[in-house]
Amino acid sequence: MAQEAAIDTPAAQSGEGVRRRDFINIAAVSAAGVGGVAVVYPLISQMAPSADVLAESSTEVDISAVQPGQAIKAVFRKQPVFIRSLTPAEVEAANKVDAASLRDPQTLAERTKEGHENLLITMGVCTHLGCVPQGAGAGEVKGEFGGYFCPCHGSHYDTAARIRKGPAPKNLQVPEYEINGTVVKIG
Amino acid sequence: MSFPWSKQYTPSHPVMTWLDEKLPLPRLVYNAVGGGYEVPRNLNYFWNFGFLAGFCLVIQIVTGVILAMHYGGDTSVAFNSTEHIMRDVNWGWMLRYGHANGAAAFFAVIYLHIFRGFYYGSYKAPREMIWLLGVVIFLLMMATAFMGYVLPWGQMSYWAAQVITGLFSSIPLVGDPLREWLLGGFAPGNATLNRFFSLHFLLPFVILGVVILHIWSLHIPGSSNPTGVEVKSESDTVPFHPYYTAKDGWTVGLFMVIYSLFVFYMPNALGHPDNYIPANPMQTPAHIVPEWYFWPFYAILRSFTQNFLIFDAKLLGVLAMFAAILVWFFLPWLDKSPVRSATYRPLYRKFFWLLVVDVLILGYLGKAPAEQPYVLISQLATMYYFLHFLVIVPIVSSIERPDPLPFSITESVLGSDGAAKLTTTKS
Repeated sequence: MAQEAAIDTPAAQSGEGVRRRDFINIAAVSAAGVGGVAVVYPLISQMAPSADVLAESSTEVDISAVQPGQAIKAVFRKQPVFIRSLTPAEVEAANKVDAASLRDPQTLAERTKEGHENLLITMGVCTHLGCVPQGAGAGEVKGEFGGYFCPCHGSHYDTAARIRKGPAPKNLQVPEYEINGTVVKIG
Repeated sequence: MSFPWSKQYTPSHPVMTWLDEKLPLPRLVYNAVGGGYEVPRNLNYFWNFGFLAGFCLVIQIVTGVILAMHYGGDTSVAFNSTEHIMRDVNWGWMLRYGHANGAAAFFAVIYLHIFRGFYYGSYKAPREMIWLLGVVIFLLMMATAFMGYVLPWGQMSYWAAQVITGLFSSIPLVGDPLREWLLGGFAPGNATLNRFFSLHFLLPFVILGVVILHIWSLHIPGSSNPTGVEVKSESDTVPFHPYYTAKDGWTVGLFMVIYSLFVFYMPNALGHPDNYIPANPMQTPAHIVPEWYFWPFYAILRSFTQNFLIFDAKLLGVLAMFAAILVWFFLPWLDKSPVRSATYRPLYRKFFWLLVVDVLILGYLGKAPAEQPYVLISQLATMYYFLHFLVIVPIVSSIERPDPLPFSITESVLGSDGAAKLTTTKS
C-alpha cells in the first residue's frame, strides 16, 4: 500500500528514489526528442544544394585555341575556372621555386597532368574569401609573381597559381579534370 | 523603474476602464513610455539615441514591407525588379532610397547609442542584461543589413555574399560543407538569394522582439544617467511623458532633417556605383569594400596575413573579427570599477578616447586598399583594440582613483540637495 501511495502522490517526487512513473516520463520525453530530431533533419537538409544545382557538376571546354601565355575562363558549378597555357619561361619560373618553402607546398608537376605540364587548370576562386583573381584576361594585373592577383585582399599567386603573398591560405584549387585531345572535361 | 512616487495609470473613459480590466495594454504603455516611467532629470542628448534607434527600426520595417511587395527574390528578376521599383513604382525611388539610407542612419544612431553605453558605463551592474541584449540586437542588425545588401543582386551584392559566406569556409573540417549549406550551392545563386530574402524579412521582427526585452530589462533598474549615481529621491526624476517624449520628439525632427538630406539630395553618397551593374560571377569588382558601418570590423579581418601555429591567417582573421564584438559581452565583468560614468574616471577617460580614435583609424583602414602601409597600421590598431578590452580596462579599473561623485542627481543639477544636507547634519 505504501508503495502505491508513493507512486501516485506528487509530494513524493522530492528525491525519494526511482518511481515507476519516471520510466514513463523518460520514455515519453525520449520519443518526443527523437520525433523532434526527425522533423529538424529535413528542415536543415533543405538548405543544402538541391538536385538541379548538383546536376551542373561537369563542364567540357575546347582548348585548341589557347596559345602559350594565354588563358581562358570557363564556368564550372557557376564559378570561374582558369585554363592557362604556360610559356616555357613561366614553367621554368614555377619549377625554380623550392616547393617546401611555400605556404601550401606543391610542385607544378603535382598541379598538372603528366605530359601536359604547361596546361594549368585551376578554379578562378581565391582561397581567401572567394573573389575572382585577376591575371587570366588580357592586360590584367598578374601580381608580383606573374600568375594571378586577387584585388579584394591582395593575395598574389605565382605562375603555378600557388599562393605566395597575402592572406589566402591555399593555392588556387585544381579541380578534377581529364584531357581528351583538345577537349578538357572538368568535374 | 517603478519608484514609490511613480504616477499610477487611471483610465479617464469608461471604455478604457473596461479595456484595462480585460487587457491592460494602455497601462503597460503608460508605465513603459508614458507618465508612469520616472526618468533621471539630468539626461543629456546622448540618451536620445535609444528612442531614435527604435524610430529607425520602424522606418526600416515600414519601407521594407512595402518594398517586398514590389521585389522579386529570384536571380532572374531581382536586379530588374529593383530597377522597376526605382523607375516604375509610384514613389518607389523614395521608398528604396529611404530604406537603403535608413540602414545607414540606423547604424549611425546605434553607434552613438553604443558610444553612450561605453562612456557612461551603462553596461555595469545592475544593467548588464540590457547591455547583453543590446549586443545581441547589434549582431542581428549586422546579419540583417548584410542580407539586405545582397537582395538587389548587383555586383557588390553578389561579391558581398561570396566574401562573407567565404568567412565560414575557414572553419576547419566543416567549413566548406557549411558554406555550401548556407549558400545552397557552390557559389551564391538563386537558392542563396531566396533564403536571404526570407531571412531579411524575418530578422527585423526578431530584432523588434529583442528590443522589447531590451526595454523590459531597462525598466527593472530604470534609466542610468550622466553622473552614474542612482536615483535617490523624487527630486531626482521627472516622468518620461511629457518631459522626454518632448525631448525625443525634437531630436526625431533633427534626425529627419539629416536623413532627408541623404534620401532626397545625395541618396547614393554612401553606396557603391558597382551595385548598379548586374551580378556577374565571372568578374570581381576591382575594389571590394563593405558599407561604411562594417569598415572597422573589415579592417580587423584583413589585418591577419600570417599563419600562426595550426591556425591559418584566414581563420584567425575571421575569429578576430567576431571576437571584436563578442568581447563586448564580457565588458560588464572586465570593467570592475564601481564608478559608472567616465566623467569621474580620469584615467579610464583617456583610454576611452584612445579607443574611439583607434576604432576611427580601423574604420579608415577598412576602406583602404589591402596594401602597405595600411596592412601594418591595421595590425597595430587591431592589437590595440584587443589590448584595450582584455588588459587596459581590467587594470585601469583596479588601480584608478576616481574623482568624487556628487551626492545625488539633484545635487549635480542644482548644486545642492536638501536630502544631502539632511544626511550631513545627521552624521
